[in-house]
Amino acid sequence: MVAITQDDYVWPAAVGLTLRGASLDYDGRSVFRDLDLDLPAGEITCLLGPSGVGKSSLLRLIAGLAPTATATALTASDGAPLEGRIAYMDQRDLLYPWLTVVDNVLLGSRLRGETPDRDRALALLEHVGLADRAADRPQVLSGGMRQRAALARTLMEDRPIVLMDEPFSSLDALTRLKLQDLAAELLGDRTVLLVTHDPLEALRVGHGIHVLSGAPAVLHTPLRPAGLPPRDATDMSLHARYADLLHRLGGGGTTP
Amino acid sequence: MSQLFRIVVTVAGLLLVWQVIVSLNELPPYILPGPLLVLETWVARADTIARHAGITLIEILLGFALGSGLGAISAVLIGYHNSVRRWLFPVLVIAPSIPFFALAPLLVLWLGYGIASKVTMAAIIIFFPVTASLLDGLRRTEPGWLDLARTMTAGHGRGRWAELRHVRIPAALPALASGLRVAAAVAPIGAVVGEWVGSSAGLGYLMLHANGRMQIDLLFAALLTLAAIAVGLYFTVDAVLRRALPWQPDSLPAEGSPASNASTR
Repeated sequence: MVAITQDDYVWPAAVGLTLRGASLDYDGRSVFRDLDLDLPAGEITCLLGPSGVGKSSLLRLIAGLAPTATATALTASDGAPLEGRIAYMDQRDLLYPWLTVVDNVLLGSRLRGETPDRDRALALLEHVGLADRAADRPQVLSGGMRQRAALARTLMEDRPIVLMDEPFSSLDALTRLKLQDLAAELLGDRTVLLVTHDPLEALRVGHGIHVLSGAPAVLHTPLRPAGLPPRDATDMSLHARYADLLHRLGGGGTTP
Repeated sequence: MSQLFRIVVTVAGLLLVWQVIVSLNELPPYILPGPLLVLETWVARADTIARHAGITLIEILLGFALGSGLGAISAVLIGYHNSVRRWLFPVLVIAPSIPFFALAPLLVLWLGYGIASKVTMAAIIIFFPVTASLLDGLRRTEPGWLDLARTMTAGHGRGRWAELRHVRIPAALPALASGLRVAAAVAPIGAVVGEWVGSSAGLGYLMLHANGRMQIDLLFAALLTLAAIAVGLYFTVDAVLRRALPWQPDSLPAEGSPASNASTR
């Protein structure tokens, strides 16, 4: 089996992402209007906000899964089109029940009619600790295993930009911590937008943290905790930040 | 195992009731023969019954294959073209309530006394449940699966066909399976109705023939053979589908199928 290391694997070149003037209406109500968001190249940007504030909608808009409003401008830092350069990971694992774990990881190449790179899929599964479950169907796996398989499938896509919509929110606390470390390690220098409602998760894995709150929702001044992710959950300085974020989520944050 | 045991006991009980009714009322065999007489006739006329059963079985299997195949192909074609689906789906939903059996005399007129008219009759009544159930399955694909596929195929041009082939169709297979179970249950009806209207062979023909000659014991022997074929076909199809779709939870058997009642007990 081929092991993937930083040395023999070439990461795709980091691409930053700029979103300008994003607006969304839902049921005649403005969810957000004229939002600007920068995703710095090679960084994990966390988008933190209370449930229903529209953070998933913002992510879907970037993923091309929502009808794009005319005013929205989405550009990559290298000027090339974004189409086909975004990988998407949902809160639900979205593993196809009729495919084995390894075939789920190979889903993208199957859909695009490419020759599946089975060795790389198996190597990725080994990285997420699922090498011995490759031939199993998803329904016999635990929730944590399923989400790890979904992470392997996301990484298999080998896209410079990864959008993750509350990827660990359905897991128990311990599994979530482990998966955050794994994701922060394996995502390498991809440009990541990670949507979450958990301030601690944002503090652990985010290079930068944006808070989205209010109705219509606005983005607050981004927060950049010291040190590189994955940060230690027991670090006391994180807890001060945690209180700050909770305060901002409560709507009492300073608007730019 | 205990379920099989209960089936055997219940059937044996019903046969006993049947025999008791015949004995107590002293019914003549040309009105209602007892189960023992039917068994005797079945053994004595085994070759005749087998010959007719073979023809009926061929009609059922061909009708099942033709109706299911055409139904599945139509569903995929209709499902692929949204505009076609919008026009045809409402018609397909009401189609099963049309009594297509009434077409049987016409089919015999057009296709003759041979097996073609019976196969067609069976295929027609199978076609609609198979098409409707697969089409319904194709419509109800988990939106998250489609979103995922969309981000994976973005900018590749082959998205729509790949989506149908790798997402919508596999996701709809459990729905197709429930349609095939209904098809397995109605296929024998189609074949026998065709035989009743006009034929010179098959269990339906044998039953009418025996009825006309007061050979009610032979009629019952043919009827029980037909029942055995129908039950055998249903359970074979059910077993094949369970094996072919191992990801489908057993707790969700097809709606309206005999197995859905049997398996919950």
